[in-house]
Amino acid sequence: MDNYPALIVVAPFIAALFAGLFVWIDERLSYPIALAGLAVSLFSGIQVMIQVIASGPIQYKLAGWAPPIGIEYRIDLLNAMVLILVAGVAFLNLIASYRSVQQEISDRTGSYFTVYNLFVTGLLGVSITGDLFNLYVLIEITSLTSYAQIALGDKDRGPLASLNYVFIGVIGASFYLLGVGYLYMYTGSLNMADVAVLIKGSEGSSTVLTAFILCILGIWIKMALFPMHVWLPNAYTYSPTAFSRVVAPLMTKVMVYVMIRLMVTVFGYDYIFNTLHLSDAVVWLATLAVLAGGVMALAQKNLKKMLTYIIVCEIGYMVGGAWMGNQLGMTGAILHILNDALMTFALFLAVGNMVYRIEKVDITDLKGLFGKMPWTMGGFVLAALSIIGVPPTCGFFSKWYLILGAMEKGAYHFVAALVISSLICAVLFFKVFEICFFESGSPDHENSHGPVAIEDAPVSMIIISGLVSLSLVVTGFYSGTIVNTIILPFLK
Amino acid sequence: METIISIKPLLAVLVTLFVVPVLISSSSKPNVRESWIFIAGIIKLVLILSMLPAVLAGKQIVLTLFEFVPGASIAFRVDGLGMLFAIVAASLYIVTSLYSIGYMRGLKEHGQTRFVSFFALAISATIGAAFSANLLTLYLFYEILSLATYPLVTHHQDEKSKISGRRYLTFILGTSIGLVLPAMIYCYHVTGTLEFSTAGIFTGELSKPEATVLLLMFVFGFAKAGIMPFHSWLPAAMVAPTPVSALLHAVAVVKVGVFSIVRVMTGVFGVDLLTTYNLGIMVMIIASVTILLGSCIAMSQDELKRRLAYSTISQLSYIVFGVALLTPQGLLGGVIHIVMHAFGKITLFFCAGAIYVTTHKKYISQMSGLGRKMPFTFAAFFIGALGVIGLPPTGGFYSKWNLILGTLEAQQTIFMLVLLVSSFLNAFYFLPIVYKGFFGKSEDQEENPPEKIKEANLCLIIPLMLTAVISIILFFYPTIFINLIKVGLGI
Repeated sequence: MDNYPALIVVAPFIAALFAGLFVWIDERLSYPIALAGLAVSLFSGIQVMIQVIASGPIQYKLAGWAPPIGIEYRIDLLNAMVLILVAGVAFLNLIASYRSVQQEISDRTGSYFTVYNLFVTGLLGVSITGDLFNLYVLIEITSLTSYAQIALGDKDRGPLASLNYVFIGVIGASFYLLGVGYLYMYTGSLNMADVAVLIKGSEGSSTVLTAFILCILGIWIKMALFPMHVWLPNAYTYSPTAFSRVVAPLMTKVMVYVMIRLMVTVFGYDYIFNTLHLSDAVVWLATLAVLAGGVMALAQKNLKKMLTYIIVCEIGYMVGGAWMGNQLGMTGAILHILNDALMTFALFLAVGNMVYRIEKVDITDLKGLFGKMPWTMGGFVLAALSIIGVPPTCGFFSKWYLILGAMEKGAYHFVAALVISSLICAVLFFKVFEICFFESGSPDHENSHGPVAIEDAPVSMIIISGLVSLSLVVTGFYSGTIVNTIILPFLK
Repeated sequence: METIISIKPLLAVLVTLFVVPVLISSSSKPNVRESWIFIAGIIKLVLILSMLPAVLAGKQIVLTLFEFVPGASIAFRVDGLGMLFAIVAASLYIVTSLYSIGYMRGLKEHGQTRFVSFFALAISATIGAAFSANLLTLYLFYEILSLATYPLVTHHQDEKSKISGRRYLTFILGTSIGLVLPAMIYCYHVTGTLEFSTAGIFTGELSKPEATVLLLMFVFGFAKAGIMPFHSWLPAAMVAPTPVSALLHAVAVVKVGVFSIVRVMTGVFGVDLLTTYNLGIMVMIIASVTILLGSCIAMSQDELKRRLAYSTISQLSYIVFGVALLTPQGLLGGVIHIVMHAFGKITLFFCAGAIYVTTHKKYISQMSGLGRKMPFTFAAFFIGALGVIGLPPTGGFYSKWNLILGTLEAQQTIFMLVLLVSSFLNAFYFLPIVYKGFFGKSEDQEENPPEKIKEANLCLIIPLMLTAVISIILFFYPTIFINLIKVGLGI
């Protein structure tokens, strides 16, 4: 079937519309409809990936309009990977969400699933489109839906966190839109491939330079690169569990994808690294981001918030790798998009399970959790080890490429930052493990180490969190295959 | 060199890992659980021994699992050195399993299923490290071992073990991530491979300063080897139940550290490069400091397990010292000390644990006259002590002998002095314990004169007698291990 590319985006979109419709008819049906939409999307994504591996990039003209006038979907190995990642994470999270949505936002489940699917549609669209303006529209769809979902979270802090995100998010989007405007002014085109051809040879043009800076700045704000990260921790901490589980792994990673897309496809390596010589400065910025994220995470008392600062730190990894200006660094950055999404997903799934049972996840609330929620904690430990970068989990292998890339460039400050952040993450997580392991959860101190009643999360949540945690090891083992079949052919 | 592709190394690693779910599911039936441990342990040892003839014949057994970049894969290769270490670890695992039944049940410890499960995981990682074909695989198992032993060290789950656990992780994880990881990636960056080979992986890419820094990063980074100043996790880890101290902190964990250093020096740098840049002497100085200081601190310890821990720190550096001599005799003496020290020190720890279970005494000053009550334990202690000091008729004599010959061969006579002084110190801090045990005044006067023999239970006595006897046997028949070293290092 030739329409798989369209189906990836259209299926969850139509499912969202129907899920919304069924809120007035029978709200219970919203959930299976949303789930079916994502399942179709995931299936189509896998089909597309198979096609791309077999016969190269796919160009799909939406509604038959030829570019540069019509919108073009352009799928190569990179966005095929991101598409599967987005659809997969969203699908699995929706399975795990059923119970936690029931618990947290029981009065608005139908509308929640509608907005959720719209959000995923936006992310998928961002990953698939080959059109700069379309990209802007889709980023805004994602952002608007996330504002809505964040506001549904914590009764006190949720709306404020959302508002904060709205302000900064709008600034980021405006920057990007302005950049696209400049590009349009210079080239008269919005199609990525077309623009890339048209700006070739105009290295000295200040219009292109302005466009480049504005676009990249806009995307950096959207991906929460330090010091433009301030909106992220609160927004992700106070949103509903079901939403933070999907937004934390996906939103920032998709924005990293957009950055890489702009760098590789639109402006080109040559322009960025040989004409502008921005590599050094940005790698320093990334170094700061890595360190700052880690240090700020150390100061957190709430587990969920601690994880959000780790995201800030990991963004630094990917930005640093992408701007290293060599193949190894870029390989590390792309591999880390996949790995970090999975790791963050696994962590937030585990935290979601904890929230389901113990509601508050200040670190001191986690006493005795190894005994009480052994399965959840097993998944959590595996994901934490991956963040620390212990082999054979996947986090180790992307770090490997990033460090190699930094060594090739001679950026030893970035190497040091990666090593230090690994150590900081070790401290962070073992601080949590200590409380879970040493402090007794039962109020009865006499029998502190006796058998504790196991009271883990519902099976649907445990299975998903266990599966995703195991996938970290599997991905680690197959990282050689992933690099050889997806990343290296893409970079060639 | 002839290589055989076989899945056996992988199975030998995995068998104790696969048994973990079984252990957990049979947690309510301790006897069933313990039988599974023995079954797994014996299968593991048989698998390892089945590869022995081929290795002795000079062949290597290889298996590559996942190649994630060229030259750095998850791969096994069984050579003489790995085989030697694997035999020691796997055979002692079975003995220790028997011992820990006596120990854990004798003290009615909590969380026994968790204990045996992580123990099985730790031994899997140890064998994995022994059979690693390259630095990456070695690092992988090294890290798994660090993490698997954390719940064992902190088994008591009290404030003291929490603090010790913190120190344990800070030193071990801190150095492996902070020093070994960047050093390893740098090696890969320079050469594009991490595969161990006796000729080393560098072909003239390294300048002397670079090589010096890298070597230091490795020597200190593998902190499990207890090289000072990264040694203080080992005394702290003594809060663990004694079977852990015995198998892991006298054999498996610490020897993985030393083994890694030996691998890096002989397989990554290669003896030739180290000789050219004259780096052996630097490592020898570092090791000598640890040998002497470790022995001195051991003398001042009154808690028996802590004294043993400092003794271990000092003895581990013998191995590093021997390899740093970079001569055939030195290499032989150093590596064979992995075996000899293992059997000697595990006997000592077994004795310490047996004394604790039976009398609840952990301080040496309380043990006066105890030998008359526990003659078997103290006899074994005596043999173990002889082994560590390096006196005949124990295997320890053999390693000391070769080490001293090695110093003569390398014309480092001054370093011979280090060995002699340290042997003297060893005797000084071990033999009085035995002497006072047998001939000293007993503390509880009322039981004196009619002193009855009140030995530890059989599960404790059998293992410690066994390892003591093996220490003696090794004096007469060290040939098999010598051959393994000769095959492994090509000397």
